[in-house]
Amino acid sequence: MSDYIASLHKISKAYATGHGDFYALKDIDLEFREREFTGIVGPSGSGKTTLLNIIGSLDLPTAGEAKVMGLLTSQLNARQAAALRSRHIGFIFQTYNLLPVYSVYENVEFPLLLLKMKPEERKKAVLAALEWVGLLDKQKSRPAQLSGGQCQRVAIARAMVKKPVLVLADEPTANLDTENSLHILQTMQNLNTNLGTSFIFSTHDDKVIRFMKRIVRLIDGKVASDDYQAGV
Amino acid sequence: MLRFLLKGVFRDRHRYLFPLLIVSSGVLIMVFMLALINGYMGSFIRANAGFDTGHLKVVTLAYSEVLAQKPYDLGFLDIQKDFAKWKARYPQLNWVQRIHFGALLGVPSQADSLIQQGEVLGFGIDLLSSTRERQLMNLDKALRKGRMPHSDREILISDNALNRLNLKLGDSVLLFGSDIDGALSSAQFSVCGTLGFGTEALDRGAVIADLAAVRKLLNMEGGASEILGFFQTGEYDREEAALIKADFNRSFSDPDNEFSPLMLSMEDQNNMGYIMAMLDRMMAIFSFVFIIILGIVLWNSGLMNGIRRYGEFGVRLAMGESKLHIYETLLLEAAGVGVIGSALGIMLGLVLSAYFNLYGMDASVFSRNSSLLSEDIIYTSIEFSTALAGFVPGILSTLLGAALAGLAVFRRQTAQLFKELET
Repeated sequence: MSDYIASLHKISKAYATGHGDFYALKDIDLEFREREFTGIVGPSGSGKTTLLNIIGSLDLPTAGEAKVMGLLTSQLNARQAAALRSRHIGFIFQTYNLLPVYSVYENVEFPLLLLKMKPEERKKAVLAALEWVGLLDKQKSRPAQLSGGQCQRVAIARAMVKKPVLVLADEPTANLDTENSLHILQTMQNLNTNLGTSFIFSTHDDKVIRFMKRIVRLIDGKVASDDYQAGV
Repeated sequence: MLRFLLKGVFRDRHRYLFPLLIVSSGVLIMVFMLALINGYMGSFIRANAGFDTGHLKVVTLAYSEVLAQKPYDLGFLDIQKDFAKWKARYPQLNWVQRIHFGALLGVPSQADSLIQQGEVLGFGIDLLSSTRERQLMNLDKALRKGRMPHSDREILISDNALNRLNLKLGDSVLLFGSDIDGALSSAQFSVCGTLGFGTEALDRGAVIADLAAVRKLLNMEGGASEILGFFQTGEYDREEAALIKADFNRSFSDPDNEFSPLMLSMEDQNNMGYIMAMLDRMMAIFSFVFIIILGIVLWNSGLMNGIRRYGEFGVRLAMGESKLHIYETLLLEAAGVGVIGSALGIMLGLVLSAYFNLYGMDASVFSRNSSLLSEDIIYTSIEFSTALAGFVPGILSTLLGAALAGLAVFRRQTAQLFKELET
């Protein structure tokens, strides 16, 4: 495995339209290391989500090479890509996307079922994840009984429960108020520090950007800047 | 994982309620219809076997060529020695001898003329030495008025004939026929009872007299026009009948002698083979159509449900589940719903069938103008195969519906499915 968790080389993603190809991403070269806390920043339509989908092996580039955990994603079949996501990558979404018919505990447990973890270990891991996000007392609640901030904390626990190397968070605070946003970001920052998990966010929220150690700016599908913030 | 998935299914009524309702009501209809068709088939076989075809029938070769005309003049004479041999060879059968004949039933006046007369369908059967024929033809149940004959001078006539000819019990009637040599013959009888078979063809004008009296009337001493065999079990067994028929004809029939015996199975008579095959085909077509229709309905319901669940599929893909695994779990969920829905449908179907097995269903409207022998009250027949026949299509249709609907998971790009999360 290379030194990078993910490396993108000359990545382009084009969509066919009636007026020729539309490039969501063009010639992207980026590398992401362990323990990074990175924000992919840019206006709507700049290609942030597409970039996260390619890193998360949910989508393939039309040109270039994407390597995640040393594996060339274009060479993975569906089952291998699923295994890569299952073992190494956690996802956090803007709209939480918890499974509404399951309890908080069961939502967090789901990724571990896919890993076929033993019941005792699973229970221990789920309770630990809920403790990280401060929701141990809500484990029997259903998502509909929680606030937006609590739902996003469940989503973080679900992403973190398998202790992935990388967490991809697509606009995780877009639906939250300032107080909840800060709480969520602090939670993720703590996990980054304490567990060494790398986080890549897509965002255009200044509150989030302030927390980032590294900021990659995308404009019209191209990297406009790639900087590390001092003092974060 | 399975427990986890099932929890999800049964906590979300969209996922189980509608499919369960469709499957269980479909299976209910299927089980009931199959029980009804089975019941009709059994009733049809019983009525035809009892009154006409037997499970197996022995006639002369010449008689067999014009079987529908019931030409008793081509029947057996002095058959009793041979008959004893057949009885010994096929102990699994109950045998009866009969003479079918057409005759004129006349009501005499005191001035030696006829006040009324009418054509009748005559049965000469053994009414006096045993009760077997009474059981086979269900005469005790069919008796409307009066009693069974106590002597060979007493006859039973259909209730309709009694009314049509303005007769009453105890009246004398004359039966006119043509004897085996073609001469006019007649005999006087007393009407001791009336019958109602619930079968239009027989209720129009059947006359039942003791075999001995009919033999005298038609000059057929020791003879019979037809010898019928019935399985001891009371149920027609097609395979066994085919074996017995083949053995009998190989052993006793001589194609060069027109008065040698020939055994016929039910299928060889009155288009019964065609009708039975048609009923079998009907059941197969019914099952097939049921699977297709239910499959389409469940496919549609699965698609609607699938669209609603694209978000969930997206999350599961992101968590690391493969599309194939999601598809497999959809099939597994469908199988679970199919099993429960089918079991529920079978239970309800059996309850409904049991009701009609007990009380029957009036189907006289279908046989009013028919010459087919069928019972007016049809009782459903419940067999293990009926339940199985409902169970298999119930599960198959649910799986078919889910399999078709679930293909959408493969048709959509992962990222496209994933985008549904945000909508």
